[in-house]
Amino acid sequence: MSGFFKSSIGRKYAMALSAFFLMFFLLQHFAINILSVISPDAFNEASHFMGTFWAVQYVLQPVLIFGVIYHFVMGFILEAKNRSARVKTYAKNNGAANSSWMSRNMIYSGLAILAFLVLHFIDFWIPEINTKFIAGDMTGLLPNGEGFRYYEELAHKFENPLRVGAYVIAFIFLSLHLMHGFSSAFQSAGASSMRKEKLQLFAKVYSIFIPLGFIFIALFHHFNHH
Amino acid sequence: MNLTLKIWRQSNAQDKGKMVDYKVTEISEHMSFLEMMDVLNEQLINKGEEPVAFDHDCREGICGMCSMFINGEAHGPDRGVTTCQLHMRMFKDGDTITIEPFRAKAFPVIKDLVVDRSSFDRIQHAGGYISVNTSGNTQDANGIPISKHAADEAMDAATCIGCGACVASCKNASAMLFVGAKVSQYALLPQGQVEAVDRVQNMVAQMDLEGFGNCTNTGACEVECPKGISLENIARMNREFLSANVKS
Repeated sequence: MSGFFKSSIGRKYAMALSAFFLMFFLLQHFAINILSVISPDAFNEASHFMGTFWAVQYVLQPVLIFGVIYHFVMGFILEAKNRSARVKTYAKNNGAANSSWMSRNMIYSGLAILAFLVLHFIDFWIPEINTKFIAGDMTGLLPNGEGFRYYEELAHKFENPLRVGAYVIAFIFLSLHLMHGFSSAFQSAGASSMRKEKLQLFAKVYSIFIPLGFIFIALFHHFNHH
Repeated sequence: MNLTLKIWRQSNAQDKGKMVDYKVTEISEHMSFLEMMDVLNEQLINKGEEPVAFDHDCREGICGMCSMFINGEAHGPDRGVTTCQLHMRMFKDGDTITIEPFRAKAFPVIKDLVVDRSSFDRIQHAGGYISVNTSGNTQDANGIPISKHAADEAMDAATCIGCGACVASCKNASAMLFVGAKVSQYALLPQGQVEAVDRVQNMVAQMDLEGFGNCTNTGACEVECPKGISLENIARMNREFLSANVKS
């Protein structure tokens, strides 16, 4: 297995596996975020658990960071290799005749998601790390001590229409990325055609409804607090 | 019909090359694309100019030699055909047709529209074969039971003529549909099992060495393939490759 991950197919497997992991993470992220619409208390409880439980913070979080970085870095490496495989490009190339826009532009939808992640980290992750690990406040409580701070922070962030707009655009790009990426990961992992139809239907449903759900959450909090 | 042709002209592998415009007149819609190119070349020869070099051999869609990228698609706008099977009725009077060679680092241009596809031969040499015992006790292939489903799938994979349209169409110039087909045609049959591990590992290693890009599952190769080779063959190659690496 030594040279497996250096080979073209080995890297396809690696991209597919990191994608599956990230999509599983996205699902659990959505499951917690939708609680903010259904029950602020339940959202606070779940957020506090995820933010303070040692296995999540010290095991799953580093794995997630590695997964995100790996998927982006390997994506860029493969893109560079693929571009170098055709030094002279066509004067006329009718890509739309044989493939979807999403499949031909994964690097651009990926870059849009990367830009969003930078914004998302500045918005939520860095303040969270600052509060817990630099200021040392692991209580999860509001400054006045009256209840958990998580729901209040979330609702406050979505007051700004520019931020909500950026999130909506980012999730549209995420949907486009997933619409090709999810079913593509099944193909890379060697899924046979017998199972492929059902898997592709599942991939399509996921790719549309999860980003749509995140858009709904952002819009819900924006309009609910105005 | 009267047409304007924009054709890639390159005198040799070192030449920079450029697109050159030509006019052809009185082209019959019943002509094949290569016959239209013959008319152009006759015209050029009569004027004392260098004819356009292009690959062709059987002219009946079997040999895989013709290799033009026509109006942005390998083998042109029709489906399930090679350039020699493409008819001029697919175009209209007054059309401008762009004709380029198949582009890939692993398919260097030799002259005009002729590219060197020997990288495919080297991939085949790396493992696209089976060893047959010729000592006198060779088993008759027809005596080995094979399921109809496996036989059909193997035959479908074996219809690949190695024209390179998959590479030309892929935005990454990936050869995985070709290699997937060549791996699959043996992986599905009992005769292919003996060398299964070495075959997929050696063919993939050679494919990577030749400088082809990586498959990103756009599906362009499957659409443009004149023989309708399915993406399923790439998935099978991936499974074979993983299995071979676990075993070795």
